[in-house]
Amino acid sequence: MPQSARRTLNFLLLIAVFIFDLGIHTRAQVTSDRLLNSSKEPQNWLMYSGDYSGKRHTSLNQINPSNVKTLVPKWVYQTGATGKFETTPLVVDGIFYATAPDNRAFALDARSGRPIWMYQRQVPSDIRPCCGRVNRGMAILDDKVFFGTLDAHVVALDAKTGAVRWDVEAADYRTGHSFTIAPLAVKNLIILGVSGGEYGVRGFIDAYDADTGQRKWRFYTVPGPGEAGNETWEGDSWKVGGAPAWNTGTYDPATNQIFWPTGNPAPSNRGAGRSGDNLYSNSLLALDAESGKLNWHFQFTKHDEHDWDATQVPVLIERDGKRLIAQADRNGYFYVIDRANGKLISATPYGKTTWSDSKDAEGRPVANKNASPTLEGHTVCPGALGTTNYMPPAYNPQTGLFYVTARDQCDIFSTAPQPYEPGHAFYGSAYFPSEEAEPYLGFLKAIDPVTGEIKQKFQHTSPTWSGVLSTAGGLVFSGDAEGNFIAFDAASLKPLWHFQMGGAVYAGPMAFAVDGKQYVAIAAGSAIYAFALP
Amino acid sequence: MSRAFWLAFVISAALLCAAQDQNPLAHDPNAAKAGEYEFRINCALCHGLGARGGGRGPDLARAQKKHTHNDAEMFQVISSGIPGTAMPANGTNGQGVGMTDTEIWQIIAYIRSQEPKTAAKSSGDAARGRELFFGDANCSMCHMVRGTGGRLGPDLTSVGGARTRASIMDSIRNPSRRLAWGLTESTKEFPQEYETITAVTADGKEIRGVAMNEDSFTVQVMDQGEHIHLLEKDKLKSFQKSRESIMPKYEADTLSDQQIDDIIAFLAASGAK
Repeated sequence: MPQSARRTLNFLLLIAVFIFDLGIHTRAQVTSDRLLNSSKEPQNWLMYSGDYSGKRHTSLNQINPSNVKTLVPKWVYQTGATGKFETTPLVVDGIFYATAPDNRAFALDARSGRPIWMYQRQVPSDIRPCCGRVNRGMAILDDKVFFGTLDAHVVALDAKTGAVRWDVEAADYRTGHSFTIAPLAVKNLIILGVSGGEYGVRGFIDAYDADTGQRKWRFYTVPGPGEAGNETWEGDSWKVGGAPAWNTGTYDPATNQIFWPTGNPAPSNRGAGRSGDNLYSNSLLALDAESGKLNWHFQFTKHDEHDWDATQVPVLIERDGKRLIAQADRNGYFYVIDRANGKLISATPYGKTTWSDSKDAEGRPVANKNASPTLEGHTVCPGALGTTNYMPPAYNPQTGLFYVTARDQCDIFSTAPQPYEPGHAFYGSAYFPSEEAEPYLGFLKAIDPVTGEIKQKFQHTSPTWSGVLSTAGGLVFSGDAEGNFIAFDAASLKPLWHFQMGGAVYAGPMAFAVDGKQYVAIAAGSAIYAFALP
Repeated sequence: MSRAFWLAFVISAALLCAAQDQNPLAHDPNAAKAGEYEFRINCALCHGLGARGGGRGPDLARAQKKHTHNDAEMFQVISSGIPGTAMPANGTNGQGVGMTDTEIWQIIAYIRSQEPKTAAKSSGDAARGRELFFGDANCSMCHMVRGTGGRLGPDLTSVGGARTRASIMDSIRNPSRRLAWGLTESTKEFPQEYETITAVTADGKEIRGVAMNEDSFTVQVMDQGEHIHLLEKDKLKSFQKSRESIMPKYEADTLSDQQIDDIIAFLAASGAK
């Protein structure tokens, strides 16, 4: 071998040693290309739902039905934070990033659970976010991680140190604005929607320049005067119309569109004073990612009076060459929508519903006359918590099944008129569980999106707020209100393994790999658990 | 400046002047009406639409209340909850946004407006009720009052103050219609609903009792001899859970309405401080 060739070989060997020997080492950048091609690096979990399509499906298959019985906890990280722990962690090249409900973000060693850094933004003492203190996670892009805070700031942190790179106030928390959502990074933009539907905020979706924090666009989910859709609001009701956008949407690179769901109109349980369809509340919006311009919308529940936010992950699926969006909606129907134009393909109930017994010309369920709340109160199914809620679902392209957490509960809805006052609760009604419908039932359901048929279901002991993870190993993971983390057979939904974590689950599970070993992780109680084969 | 601002200002100033016994809105004619809507939104889940109690929370329209003697104490209870009970601190039940101080005072104004001007007369005789409870009616075989009685059913020491006559009557006449009034998951502190469990172990032993707790994989059962059984469901030969209560149905020929009123009077007296 000539010397030059030997030198080249030595050089290549050195590179090989560098690549393979160091084990975990942080690559400099999580480029937007890496986010686009997240399927090429299944060892990493790069965004809230795992990839831009929202499938929450990992191609890691080391853990499978034949060995899942031996799964053990590898580490537990205690945050000590109070509040509901809804975070979906990210993992990038061996570093584990997550948020806690108290304006906190942190990074851990994904192999050991040992902390690397922690950042916390002071929670104002006078803050009263609806429905408890909550945060669902963060986004990563280049060398920064991004999250929204309870006091409506967007914060960019150095991914290596947790140092603040920028911090912008998106809105005033004192008027009920907050962020609970995990942002989505698209190209050079950090996109997130506001919470505050219970305070009569005017909802919006924002996009920020990842480098500078400068706001590049804002889409108001309630159109103002002169804008299309404003005529669907009575008088000035649009000003306090709600339609927050508090759960992470999905992204289609082929058309450079984001698909973002919106929440309830305000006041949430009283339609008087806001007659009309109340666009774009409870809708799926297709927005141009670059400009925030609306391409199309689909409204799941028109003129909602039951707090049925459509803030569920709109999952992008491909079936028989068709590009579709599947969304299991809080109103009890499973919708399949044409991704090209927002046209409804099918709407099928996947839980107990009483609010609709007919469909309009487009096939959309229409509310019956008895659905509206009354002064004395009467029972409607699903209840205000919905057939499902924010908990992220999963779709397995191999089984072709859509997995979703579902609840059968009915509520008594009664009216309680309320004037709007900035920073005050603005529901316009009261609801409480109907005894007639007890006990409330909780399920994991596997739905065939083509037919809407429920192929399998598992009944939990009580309804759960856990999300679902699907794996190429043929498993589905979810948690329960009693604190169990459970592995199910993807085809039969038979539980194959469980672990008692000692705290109720409000989060979605995710998967990653370090040193060639697959892990599954989930938040429960106030801790994060990571499981792997022994 | 808006009315709300001045209201907030006046209340803040009042709050600064240390503890007060009186509602600063006591003389505001609109406070009770505003409070009614706040009550429906925040309190009716447990205390009923008209504050007259439900199965979950006490009748608040009674002039005599267990935990509060004046408006300041009521404000404290609504703000901070009652430890050891299902009454949550304001804003912590995981549903809704909670109440401002003004809204709490409005709710207190509403509750006061619902109190009867004269105290209701109880038709029961507590002494006779006590005899029945520990004697012929056999209640104490399964229920405890002030440390005496059985453990299989719920402790009834404070039930007389917490539930309405109608709901207690219903539970005695139709125990299965509605098992123990658990709370919705966001506020319940203890999930026991006393479902009836019948399990057969691998070696053929039948266990019948009430569920103390349960998840998808395990169940903790107290049998009629008050033994606790800790069972793994997949190791059982059979497992059945029923919402048919283990408590017998008391028909009118076993226990008359008057006798039940006597027992309710006894329970009300037992729970009082």
